[in-house]
Amino acid sequence: MQEPYIIVNGVKHKFRGETLHDLIVALGLDPNRQGIAVAVNGEVVSRSEWRELRLKPNDVIDIVTAVAGG
Amino acid sequence: MNDELVIAGRRFRSRLFVGTARYPNQQVMLKALEASGAEVVTVAIRRVNLQQRGESILDLLAGKYFILPNTAGCYTVREAVTTARLAREALGINWIKLEVIGDDETLYPNIPQLIEAAKQLVDEGFIVLPYCNDDPVTCVTLEKVGCAAVMPLGAPIGSGMGILNPYNIRLIREKVTVPVIVDAGVGTASDVAIAMELGCDGVLVNTAIAQARDPVRMAAAMRLAVEAGRQAYLAGRIPKRLYAQPSSPVEGRVWFGGP
Repeated sequence: MQEPYIIVNGVKHKFRGETLHDLIVALGLDPNRQGIAVAVNGEVVSRSEWRELRLKPNDVIDIVTAVAGG
Repeated sequence: MNDELVIAGRRFRSRLFVGTARYPNQQVMLKALEASGAEVVTVAIRRVNLQQRGESILDLLAGKYFILPNTAGCYTVREAVTTARLAREALGINWIKLEVIGDDETLYPNIPQLIEAAKQLVDEGFIVLPYCNDDPVTCVTLEKVGCAAVMPLGAPIGSGMGILNPYNIRLIREKVTVPVIVDAGVGTASDVAIAMELGCDGVLVNTAIAQARDPVRMAAAMRLAVEAGRQAYLAGRIPKRLYAQPSSPVEGRVWFGGP
């Protein structure tokens, strides 16, 4: 049987039942720093909800930031 | 002289907006931004690279510039609205340069989707600056739905072809009351000057600076062109005429033809 997973920025990650906050820390990002934003299944999750939001299997998480653009 | 650009009640010291993409490197970008005198610089919103993390562009720009995020690369209302919300969350700013692209070869906007996205974002409290066609009707519609400025293209993005339809740009300037910022298509300083002479309130330049042989020098040229074009517009140009009109007085000429 396939292990449950989540998709983070297009890449499969093992599902650990963590909160969004925990995931961000595990990825080596600083959750207290400005400059990143997160959508789960296409819906933006505001920073104040990161600690409460517990991820589910198959969740699609996008973590974005500003890059050079025109 | 008090001739500031005001968008949604915010005053800007420069009428030149500069994009941050496609420079040879970050040092050149920073020097070019400085030389341009721009206050507003644009950024895009993309996934964080989790494998390889470099210096954030925000660290380089924050505090020095007004950072205007765009929705570049979005093709639908949903993508554009979500990207705008992410930008607001990431940057703590409710301004958005709204792009909803309709075709990946011309990068022309998808106008029905653009208008719908603009409506939604205005309702959500965003200050919306839409990249749009050089079409007066579209621009009036965008103003009606609450956009704080309109950003008609001079020519396709990155094409460097200049202001292809100056008459439309003039019509847009006459038909809308919000600021008109020409976005896209300029190739060199004279294109920027033309946009400003037509009465535009500002110009956004990216590729024409970033891909010039000397981006820093071109940025300075763009700054001067914006200023020259603006001054010429305010000064009021003479009408064009087909036949010559001597500038020196006709009376009192030396005449060798007799009495």
